[in-house]
Amino acid sequence: MDALISGFLNPTILAEAAPYLLRGLVMTLGLCLVAIPLGIAGGLVLALASTARHRWIRWSAVVYTDLFRAFPPLVLLLFVAFGLPFLGVLLPPIVSVSIAFLLNTSSYYGEILRTGIESIPRGQTEAARSTGLTRWQTLRHVVIPQAVRNMTPDLISNTLEVAKITSIASVVALPELLYAARQVQSVTYNATPVIAAGLIYLILLWPLVRLLSRYERQAVSIR
Amino acid sequence: MSALVDTFFNLAIMRQYLPQVVQGMGVTVVLALVVVATGIALGFLLAVLRSLRWRPLNVLIVLFADVFRAVPPLVILIVIYFALPGIGVRFSGFASAWIGLSLVLAAFAEEIVWAGILSVPRGQWEAARASGLQRGQTLRLVVLPQAARLTVAPLTSRAIVITKNTALASVVAVGEILYQAQAGYAFSYNPSPLTLGAIAYLILFIPLVWFGRWVEARYAVRPAGVR
Repeated sequence: MDALISGFLNPTILAEAAPYLLRGLVMTLGLCLVAIPLGIAGGLVLALASTARHRWIRWSAVVYTDLFRAFPPLVLLLFVAFGLPFLGVLLPPIVSVSIAFLLNTSSYYGEILRTGIESIPRGQTEAARSTGLTRWQTLRHVVIPQAVRNMTPDLISNTLEVAKITSIASVVALPELLYAARQVQSVTYNATPVIAAGLIYLILLWPLVRLLSRYERQAVSIR
Repeated sequence: MSALVDTFFNLAIMRQYLPQVVQGMGVTVVLALVVVATGIALGFLLAVLRSLRWRPLNVLIVLFADVFRAVPPLVILIVIYFALPGIGVRFSGFASAWIGLSLVLAAFAEEIVWAGILSVPRGQWEAARASGLQRGQTLRLVVLPQAARLTVAPLTSRAIVITKNTALASVVAVGEILYQAQAGYAFSYNPSPLTLGAIAYLILFIPLVWFGRWVEARYAVRPAGVR
């Protein structure tokens, strides 16, 4: 038990690691604040593109979505981080990380928003259009308000995933929470910082997990 | 343009690292299969145990599901591979990835199956029990078959997500696709092996993405899939 505490929850090492972890946490929160809104905005563009009249716009939205959903996020990240410099594009790590996250998360949000929009029966769109609403008004006042209700659990689930995925930025040495923890771990030869980082993620994301469970249960109990 | 091709699609380098990347594909597939099998089986088991409604056990199951859904999989892999040896528990990279990803999938699967079990109206339990079936029989013959249909779509999309997470195993030195591609990149100092790795992932995962969408449409109980 003593070995467990000194190895995993060592107070001395925790005190030493705290400032680094805190700085890492700030970076992680910053990444979330970049990746989530950018991803939702990109996803919205994709979802709207998939309702477009021109076939090639619809198709390119589908190709984009499928392509970037097929890549594991870490693969995208390494490709962007290691590949771009060869094109002479030297970006600060935070920017290349953000680009990789945008490509990945927008495709997921896009798929959720698209299926949400498609879950509203065509008849509603036709009825709204025949009463004289424009395409945009139909989308805004009829389709989206109903679609949002259907999509909420998936949006929460995806947002949880995005928040967790920010941890892979540690692989390209962006000093976020996990990276900071591993740095301190490698200096102190003690696992406490990594365990602490895990606990911080848990505290941060636990409300989202609970919310998700509630929605999942509601979704099935209606039937 | 030719500089671009030379950098990202250098055929000589690609040919050189093709065997490793193909070998990595094998490792990725095996890891994905064992993780999906273990994770879903464990998730099912936990959901069934939870349906016994024995309070202390339920608290533990919910705690497990919450922790492994909230903590990033990469953190879990790193704890298993780099931290557990500190207390004398040592796993290979492959075993760490297998255990870690299976536990994450099990946590999500447990919640999905449990939601499915809850969706079966109480009256069905009562009717089955009143007709003389035992608890186990009720669960097996009446509740689970009905719950299963609801769980197919979300379980499939979860399994696909966890399959993509096998790329994280490269961090704990498992020789799967990304690890091989990265090694090739490091040796040749040319990103073509990474391109090769990306193509390998597309070959494996584009069909999965399509399969996932088909399952979504076929078994849809709600409009869109979890990631």
